[in-house]
Amino acid sequence: MKIGIISYGAYIPKYRVTTEEIAGVWGKNAEEIARGLFVSEKSVPGLDEDTITIAHEASRQALDRVAFNPRHVDALFVGSESHPYAVKPSSVTVAKALGVGTDYYTADLEFACKAGSAGMQIVSSFVSSKKARTGLAIGADTAQGKPGDALEYTAAAGGAAFLIGSDDYEHIATIDDYVSYTSDTPDFWRSKHGKYPHHAERFTGKPAYFKHIFGATTYYLEKNNYSPSDFDSVIFHMPNGKFPRTVARALGFTEDQLSDSLVVDFIGNTYSGSSLLGLARVLDSAKPGDRILMTSYGSGSGSDTFSFTVTDAIEKMQTGVTVNDYIEDKIYLSYGEYAKHVGTVN
Amino acid sequence: MTKFGEHFEKSLLDLSLEATFGALTSASLTKDTIDAIVVSNMLSDTLSGQGHLGALISGSLGLTVEAFRVEGACASGGIAVKKAVDMLKAGTHKNILVLGVEKMCDHSSSETTQALTNASDAEKEAFYGITFPGLYAMMARRYFYEYQIGQAELAAVSVKNHYHGARNKKAHFPKEISEKVAMTSSKIADPLRLFDCSPISDGAAALVLSSHEPQSQRKPVRIVGSSIATDSVSLQERKSLTSIKAAELAGKRAYIEAGISSNDVDVAEVHDCFTIAEILALEDLGFFKRGTAGYATMQKKTYYDQEMPINTSGGLKSCGHPVGATGVKQVVEITEQLQGTAEGRQVDNPQYGLTHNVGGSGATCAVHILTNTL
Repeated sequence: MKIGIISYGAYIPKYRVTTEEIAGVWGKNAEEIARGLFVSEKSVPGLDEDTITIAHEASRQALDRVAFNPRHVDALFVGSESHPYAVKPSSVTVAKALGVGTDYYTADLEFACKAGSAGMQIVSSFVSSKKARTGLAIGADTAQGKPGDALEYTAAAGGAAFLIGSDDYEHIATIDDYVSYTSDTPDFWRSKHGKYPHHAERFTGKPAYFKHIFGATTYYLEKNNYSPSDFDSVIFHMPNGKFPRTVARALGFTEDQLSDSLVVDFIGNTYSGSSLLGLARVLDSAKPGDRILMTSYGSGSGSDTFSFTVTDAIEKMQTGVTVNDYIEDKIYLSYGEYAKHVGTVN
Repeated sequence: MTKFGEHFEKSLLDLSLEATFGALTSASLTKDTIDAIVVSNMLSDTLSGQGHLGALISGSLGLTVEAFRVEGACASGGIAVKKAVDMLKAGTHKNILVLGVEKMCDHSSSETTQALTNASDAEKEAFYGITFPGLYAMMARRYFYEYQIGQAELAAVSVKNHYHGARNKKAHFPKEISEKVAMTSSKIADPLRLFDCSPISDGAAALVLSSHEPQSQRKPVRIVGSSIATDSVSLQERKSLTSIKAAELAGKRAYIEAGISSNDVDVAEVHDCFTIAEILALEDLGFFKRGTAGYATMQKKTYYDQEMPINTSGGLKSCGHPVGATGVKQVVEITEQLQGTAEGRQVDNPQYGLTHNVGGSGATCAVHILTNTL
């Protein structure tokens, strides 16, 4: 039985704060930072927004696009590293707001930035095993950026949702296969009562991000006997603009294959939403028959690789609000306003 | 020596054994011929909670020989080599393993920078918040004022060292850089920029010093002059900010012992912890007149194929600076030059080489002079 994506949705809060604004407060050279990270501004949640509202917005768009009956959603998983509660799942609130009903499988997920793609694997498995007709997999975050820390320039807010179902439903893209590559690598973590995460500086690169993205992607390619040129688009997790470009080149993908996915250049790192938003943006302009490869990365660490084949039905989907529309709809904040929005001052 | 760089998967011991067996192999000796071990390391107690390195290395090799560690901040390596030389001269030992090793990358840069301030004066300097970039920045500022040079002279040092390092497989950053990159890199401690500062690196370098004829087929290299001199730890108590007296003295004494002058030196490894330090070194050692070494570097006089080759290994800047290993690595590089095996950066037929290893902002300097002539 073929499983596939029935619909998808995205949401990016409209507020932005620039690298220049943040750097100015800390007395740093904004141009140099922007150049190093390839990020010149990031998205900031509104005062009343959080992972639940973002997950809901993205899911609603996914359902509305295809006028989907929420009662057919039999599984719903929200992956995030900023669930509003340590105990009380975000997923149930999102499900209730969507009108999913009571007969559905759910739990909250955490695996740093790959909680969303892990949700996609779980939902895909529920559908493949026929325990669920369809399911929603959502990655959403309002990432915590410690004031004055290097990650403050990229920790952003946003999310995307994927409605996955059996072949009883029309697919806009089939899910061809998925693999994972995981290890115990403490490159980035947040303790139980910690407000902000810690990271091991340069250690987040070679032994963390690059090792796992490489591991999952090459495992996938070898397992299925593919090479990078077999794909029309590729998406990698985007902690900044530099890492996905570097790993793409190292794996043998071209800039052209990567370019549509690079939401990070405009909105920063949306953590659990990152690779999923990249996928959404690629789908916004994909052509029937396109083959897409996506590898997420979550600190701790692990990577999930998926491959998709776009169907003819994609063209019907390409109306309405796109990821680019969300990117372009923006209001700039001063550092003080940004601090108020993210709870540094209250 | 091991490659210098980030070795997250190798421990202090892993690096030590790798370098040790490399040295034994190139000397065509087995470990049982070693009768003493001198270890050079600065930060192991502070950063890794590990002291007692002499026994750690000896025991790990399955040996029960005399083994101890020496420390003189970044000059630890040069000091370790001198102690081995002294022990050989005393006739108490015949084959001494000198091992310099450092693990610094497993910590945040602020932790490591803090640990490095152990090389400064705790009460007079570190207490007030100084760090090493700050100390050398003050020396650079004074040098700029006295000799009217600027950023470009400093950048020339960095560009040259990267040029050499790009030709050294063991370097931490084996990559050429442009003057533009060096001069526009971020400010670390004005006027020193990112590319004026040596990196934080892991690594180990080892030598076997013997008092008998070598077993290996390589050209024999001898140490013919060795000297250590000291001065105040704190910068503020020195007579001059634009020269390192300990280096001048150690250099002079080593030249006398070796029976040569600075003119006879064909290649040298000097302590470029910061680009300004290389400029001071060239003048302290008598290679260039006071105030002219920066300009000489800009004129490319210190490239490996020019009149006064300096830091063919890539120096501390490009080869890397695992603190305890550097002084030993310098001797390894000069040995390779004198044996004709410095592939890609070989000086033409050198006969005398010099190593210059400094601790702190100039409180200790160890100089060694090596030759392949009999």
